[in-house]
Amino acid sequence: MRNDDWKKVSRLVSKKSLWMVHFCTGCGAMEMPPVMTSRYDMERFGIAPMATPRQADVLLITGYLSIKTLKRVVQVYEQMRDPKYVIGFGSCTINGGMYWDSYNTIKDLSKYIPVDLYIAGCMPRPEAIMDAFLKLMEMIEKGEAIGWKKYHKYYDQYKRNQRMAFSYRLDEVQDIKEDDAK
Amino acid sequence: MVDLIALGEQILLLAGMVTLGFAIGMFFNGFARKVTARIHNRIGPPIYQGYIDVFKLFAKKTNISHGWIFDLAALFSVAGITLAFLFLPVAGFTLLSTEGDIFLILYLLAIPALGFALGAGASGNPNAAVGIMRALILMLAYELPLVMVVVAMMIHYNTTSLATLVQMQSGMHWAIFVPVFFIGAIIVDMALQGMLMEKPFDIAIAPHEIASGPMVEFGGKHLGALMLYKMMAIVVETTLFVDLFLGGGVVLSVSQYGWIAYVVNFLVWFALITLVFFLALLINAVFPRFRIEQALKFYWKYDALAALLILIWVFAGVSI
Repeated sequence: MRNDDWKKVSRLVSKKSLWMVHFCTGCGAMEMPPVMTSRYDMERFGIAPMATPRQADVLLITGYLSIKTLKRVVQVYEQMRDPKYVIGFGSCTINGGMYWDSYNTIKDLSKYIPVDLYIAGCMPRPEAIMDAFLKLMEMIEKGEAIGWKKYHKYYDQYKRNQRMAFSYRLDEVQDIKEDDAK
Repeated sequence: MVDLIALGEQILLLAGMVTLGFAIGMFFNGFARKVTARIHNRIGPPIYQGYIDVFKLFAKKTNISHGWIFDLAALFSVAGITLAFLFLPVAGFTLLSTEGDIFLILYLLAIPALGFALGAGASGNPNAAVGIMRALILMLAYELPLVMVVVAMMIHYNTTSLATLVQMQSGMHWAIFVPVFFIGAIIVDMALQGMLMEKPFDIAIAPHEIASGPMVEFGGKHLGALMLYKMMAIVVETTLFVDLFLGGGVVLSVSQYGWIAYVVNFLVWFALITLVFFLALLINAVFPRFRIEQALKFYWKYDALAALLILIWVFAGVSI
């Protein structure tokens, strides 16, 4: 019982301090400056951009991911410390969006890393982003944002999906340097 | 036989002071972000954000380590800065302060930075190596003018003890009112800007350039300990400035007014360190970042030269 109470308090306080690393390869990066600066000012809720994934709690995937970028995203995600949350940003992370028939982008982000929350739209407005952060805080408080637990539990499935996307054999070790050399 | 009650009292006092130092440091973190936000025409986080951030970092579940040096480095920094705080006279209230403690404090201020460097080195990240190199060069740069002004003060006041220095300034005979040390205060304030690693001297951290430098591999509890170190460092460095130039915040004498003097002195001390930090924040909010060679040039060309003139002035014994 006491442990549960402690977890509740911990979640209640932690939700007020979300440090975010935004993985801006898609066009969604454009919507972040107004959210961070004086127009919408997300620091009101204790959300601050961080320089490295080691320090961050929230990973923001803005827009489409090519297969090559996905490898980096997986590395960034695995470098983050638990508890960690992922927000998929824009239609591209949900179903590929306008890249629905592209040969080298992924269509559904949640197959590769667990996504806690999606923001639909192409592009989502800053208001939608703020709303998503508030929703994420609510989910953290209720203990519903459990993507990081899912990643531990279904690690095999996530790894299999990732490797299938990278078209590697299952026993092959993925390494960015190897990939760049090709 | 050792007086156990006195010893217990002493330990309680030390623990209380350390807690107070960390509490004020965490408050300063939120305060800094709020002030910067208001200058940027934003609302900013709540003023207690520092407490939330530290709590969250210590509540993180996984901790990725890079060996035992990496684990101990953050503790090393926190311990070093805490020791420095206990040696400082705070509002005229001395705990471990003894004769010759100015030298000791100047030495103790270097220890946490070295702990920081050890941790960054152990993480093996190239960004951390670049950051730590910049931090150590910056330390070399600002210590020269700082030490010269402090030596000038030691000659002028004929003491090597901060507690005595604070005592000599009581009754509003603050060092900053002596014309030559008014210039000295400006020089040390510039050095303080580098010590606090605020802009234009946040070269070592530089989040957009080298991904927060030495802290690049730190996260979770390690980063929490580092943040505690940074927060305590703000309190220690501003208190050092206040002790040197603003009479340490002593306005009422303890022998005359009893416990009321302690309360008033602590409040005045808190107001003064907040003021000193606020000035640093104002400079921080409007300046861009120097490159490291520009910072070195600034400190050694202008700051150190002015400090040298003050030293010669005081050494020659010219009555001011």
